[in-house]
Amino acid sequence: MTMLPLNRRRFLMAGAALGASPLLMRVSPAAAASLTAGFIYVGPRDDFGYNQSHAEGAAAIKDMAGLTITEEENVAESDAVVKTMESMIQLDGASLLFPTSFGYYKPFVVDTAKQYPDVEFRHCGGLWTPKDPKNAGSYFGYIGTAQYICGIVAGHMTKSKRLGFVAAKPIPQVLMNINAYTLGARSVDPSIKTQVIFTGDWAMPVKEAEAVNALVDQGADVLTCHVDSPKVFVQTATGRGAFVSGYHTSQAPLAPQKYLTGAEWHWATVYKMFAEKALAGQPLPNFVRGGLAEDFVKISPYGPAVTEAARKQADAVKAEVMKGGYAVIKGPLKDNKGNTVVAAGKAYPETAIELETMDYLVEGVIGSTS
Amino acid sequence: MSEMQSTLPTSTIEARRRPFLGEVARRRLEAILIPLLALIIGLGLFGVFIALVGKSPEAFYYLVYRGGFGTWFSLQNTMTRTAPLLLTALCVALPAQLGLIVIGGEGAFVLGGLAAAATGTWLAGAPGVVGIAAMALAGMALGGLWIGAVGALRHYRGVNETISSLLMAYIAIALMQHFVEGPLRDPASLNKPSTPPLPGNFRIGDIPGMDVHWGFAVGVVACLVAGFVMSRTTFGFAARIAGGNARAAAVQGLPVGRLILAFTAAAGAAAGLAGVIDVAAVQGSANASLIAGYGYTGILIAFLARQNPLAIIPMALLIGGIEAAGGLVQRRMDLPDATVLVLQGILFVAILVSETLSGRLLPALGLTRKGAP
Repeated sequence: MTMLPLNRRRFLMAGAALGASPLLMRVSPAAAASLTAGFIYVGPRDDFGYNQSHAEGAAAIKDMAGLTITEEENVAESDAVVKTMESMIQLDGASLLFPTSFGYYKPFVVDTAKQYPDVEFRHCGGLWTPKDPKNAGSYFGYIGTAQYICGIVAGHMTKSKRLGFVAAKPIPQVLMNINAYTLGARSVDPSIKTQVIFTGDWAMPVKEAEAVNALVDQGADVLTCHVDSPKVFVQTATGRGAFVSGYHTSQAPLAPQKYLTGAEWHWATVYKMFAEKALAGQPLPNFVRGGLAEDFVKISPYGPAVTEAARKQADAVKAEVMKGGYAVIKGPLKDNKGNTVVAAGKAYPETAIELETMDYLVEGVIGSTS
Repeated sequence: MSEMQSTLPTSTIEARRRPFLGEVARRRLEAILIPLLALIIGLGLFGVFIALVGKSPEAFYYLVYRGGFGTWFSLQNTMTRTAPLLLTALCVALPAQLGLIVIGGEGAFVLGGLAAAATGTWLAGAPGVVGIAAMALAGMALGGLWIGAVGALRHYRGVNETISSLLMAYIAIALMQHFVEGPLRDPASLNKPSTPPLPGNFRIGDIPGMDVHWGFAVGVVACLVAGFVMSRTTFGFAARIAGGNARAAAVQGLPVGRLILAFTAAAGAAAGLAGVIDVAAVQGSANASLIAGYGYTGILIAFLARQNPLAIIPMALLIGGIEAAGGLVQRRMDLPDATVLVLQGILFVAILVSETLSGRLLPALGLTRKGAP
């Protein structure tokens, strides 16, 4: 059977190609006056967290002329996301896709991009390399610097000199946030310590609440987190009377009095850029990153409790950051086991590649990566 | 249907002595009618729910049809989503033959995936057939041990299998995370800890001519084999006796303990195999994405199928289809994803409630005498 020149599979492939050709012609970039963009989220889009930050970005470009948006939430990091992408392409005519969860990229986005060379895929997480398909790409934000500024506010607000950090996994991105937050607080008062508890996964509401209680019991009075949905974290922490600093998006509506500030994504900047280029028929960049200065991330407006001194110092550092090239991680820097991790005179701005393999907790953090 | 004909009365004298339908035919008919009725009622109730939130139930039903079954793309989407569910449903349905409610298939699933990834990495360089066979065996063995342990705890120590299997699923997930983030971690997987990618020749591909991986065929065959064993072998017969009354079975000299161990181990092997397939056909490595809830959806399907291995196939396709359509429903009707969960929940409750109709439905319809055996 397989020796036949026209077997069933080839026949189907030819049929599929024929069937898809009008679709491909319609979405060719040169003629793209109208465009459908698909957004895919791993969790609920109103999670007060990571997924909401992307949904807010999508909502910000919803009304652009010629642009149609299609969204799907709770899509697992499995062949489910492949099917969702294909469904958006085939049934909704999408020609620009934003699969937003980190775990979607390999193998799912890469393989689907190879299969649909005329559809553009931009994935959140910063994983694209020149070896990957040209119609794929990635974007990400340097949020560690924003955490540093939140740490400055926390450093001013803590009375017990003890901060709490509820984190998902000891991976580089999370460690960067913990370290930056701690360094920010210790720039105010070097006696401040941050206690970190890892819950082991991105969405563990019960463990997150337990971690908050344990941290408050041990004297932490300002808490922050790095989990997918900080809702339970914020409610539990403020219920215990602690101040919180938010993450991903603003959780101020959950605790207007106790919310100090927070490190937020501002994906609207990225989505607007991609959509404008796609509508104009221009090629889309493959690798996009930015921080506070590029408006990829932002800092929540200060809550009512934040003191004048805290605002002043935080604003001053923010102004420095906006000039570009600011380095949170700079030598001499020791980890919490006493080893020197950054030599004196060495400084890593947020764009430094060395930060992407971070595997240590800085001095002042109580906790362990393993 | 052949039973129905063969049990039809051959003479009018017999007809007066026996009910309109024989016992076997009555049970067969009920086994089809009751879940069908429950499904229709469940879908109807859900239509009311949709109408209450101000959307059109007709549009919803149409989208579920179109997104799950209406096009070749949708059908393949459904089959892809059904593939792991067939095997995880077996993980519930097999112990249920002995009256055991095992709900921890998720644990055997992730451990099966982990064992496959570890074996695949270890055997890198071996021929594809050897690698895939070894991965399958390792995953089935570990899954079988895991749920087999639940059976052993039940038989030797009297530990409730429902609770222990659920708790052991949490342990299994923690173990998987430990190995993926520790000893088996690929150092290149920075922000998403994973085992090293499987060698290309250890990956399981698609069924020729379709965009559906071989796992679907494996799942269907496993359900057919389980159905055959249950209805056509003395082994399956012994299990059903033990499931009906363990003490009576023991008095008859049936090896109840060995049956429990065999069925729980087979159940774990089925879920473990699903994990192997997820790693070899879908993920390409073991990582936290394995924890996608397939083990828990399997419970729903097994109950929908009333623990009948053959009925798992259509029920898994139904749930797979509803999940495949979920995306389209979200996008076109602007309903949250939880809508599909509400639908699954309503169907589940409808099926459970419908169990009470067993033995009453046909008399109520006038098809058999009331109180017919």
